[in-house]
Amino acid sequence: MLQRMYDWIDERVDITPLWRDIADHEVPEHVNPAHHFSAFVYCFGGLTFFVTVIQVLSGMFLTMYYVPDIENAWRSVYYLQTEVAHGQIVRGMHHWGASVVIVMLFLHTLRVFFQGAYKKPRELNWMVGVLIFFVMLALGLTGYLLPWDNKAYFATVVTLQIAEGVPLIGEMAKTLLNGDPSIVGAQTLARFFAIHVFFLPAALFVLMGIHFIMIRKQGISGPL
Amino acid sequence: MSEKKQQVSRRQFLNYTLTGVGGFMAASMLAPMVRFAIDPVLTASTAGEMQAVVDVSEITTDPQRFDWTVEQVDAWYTSDVTHSAWVYKNENDEIVPLSPTCTHLGCSVSWAGNEDYPDQFYCPCHDGRYQKDGTNVADTPPPAPLALYEYEVRDGTLYLGQPVPRGGV
Repeated sequence: MLQRMYDWIDERVDITPLWRDIADHEVPEHVNPAHHFSAFVYCFGGLTFFVTVIQVLSGMFLTMYYVPDIENAWRSVYYLQTEVAHGQIVRGMHHWGASVVIVMLFLHTLRVFFQGAYKKPRELNWMVGVLIFFVMLALGLTGYLLPWDNKAYFATVVTLQIAEGVPLIGEMAKTLLNGDPSIVGAQTLARFFAIHVFFLPAALFVLMGIHFIMIRKQGISGPL
Repeated sequence: MSEKKQQVSRRQFLNYTLTGVGGFMAASMLAPMVRFAIDPVLTASTAGEMQAVVDVSEITTDPQRFDWTVEQVDAWYTSDVTHSAWVYKNENDEIVPLSPTCTHLGCSVSWAGNEDYPDQFYCPCHDGRYQKDGTNVADTPPPAPLALYEYEVRDGTLYLGQPVPRGGV
């Protein structure tokens, strides 16, 4: 049945070469943990991607209950945690996953760095990777404010002070992030929500696309 | 496929294993999220409690409008919502609590709302009319009679529940 459905589509739009490009390629011996156990270090990039998928999915589901408004943000989070079935699990996935992403990203970076895998011809992919790292940090930072509790509020106050510390444009950068020259409130929350849910994920998807296309084009770096 | 002994190749075996493990991981990831999303569908409705509306002695044979306020809990938002009913006693001394919601498009009807029809319910939106017992007048827009509230009388007070629609044409 499935085979026939696949054949029906494939006959018309020829999808086999497409998914072969994505999934069907050899894993070199030096990257295969079955040959050398130490090759598990090559898993960190994939694990980062896996946790990112969890973050995207759990985040999408969380927005079914969350509202980015100073009157109701905390109450909606409290409601989904205490009243909605599996609310603790779904928010827990997003909460802990946020930290796990950073850890995996860091381990992946360490592996690439200490193996020298960033060297020519892969310098561009290293740069894109660093951009992904910044986007992830920004996602963690903007997401931190959204529950609108004391910890979130004061962490954001500190964040804005850091932004203000930038030479020359600090004042403007702070107002741009904050939405108001002095009040950390309604506009800040709405802005952080928009950045966290629309702008940064869009940037992340584009960068990840480039990252993966370059890996396939250049192949994985050779053994040490 | 018709060989007597079907050999599972190493490739096939690994494919099945991978699909199985992958499917299990995807399912365990998605299951809590899906349950989380469909929760409102599976939550039992809390509506249905009877609310005290008015002292029975105030009810006359003419329909009067009575309002009562309910504290409505909408997830994280609690508010006071006012409902109303047109109530009278019919010739058999039975209480008739009618919903004011027009069965045409949901405007609010009122008793003697139009000077030309002093003993009918009138809806100002599209000139819908109902008899005193809530039956819709033929050749006016409403397709069904006004809904009747569930009611009970306890200690001389009228309690109303949910409006129950009456079938129409």
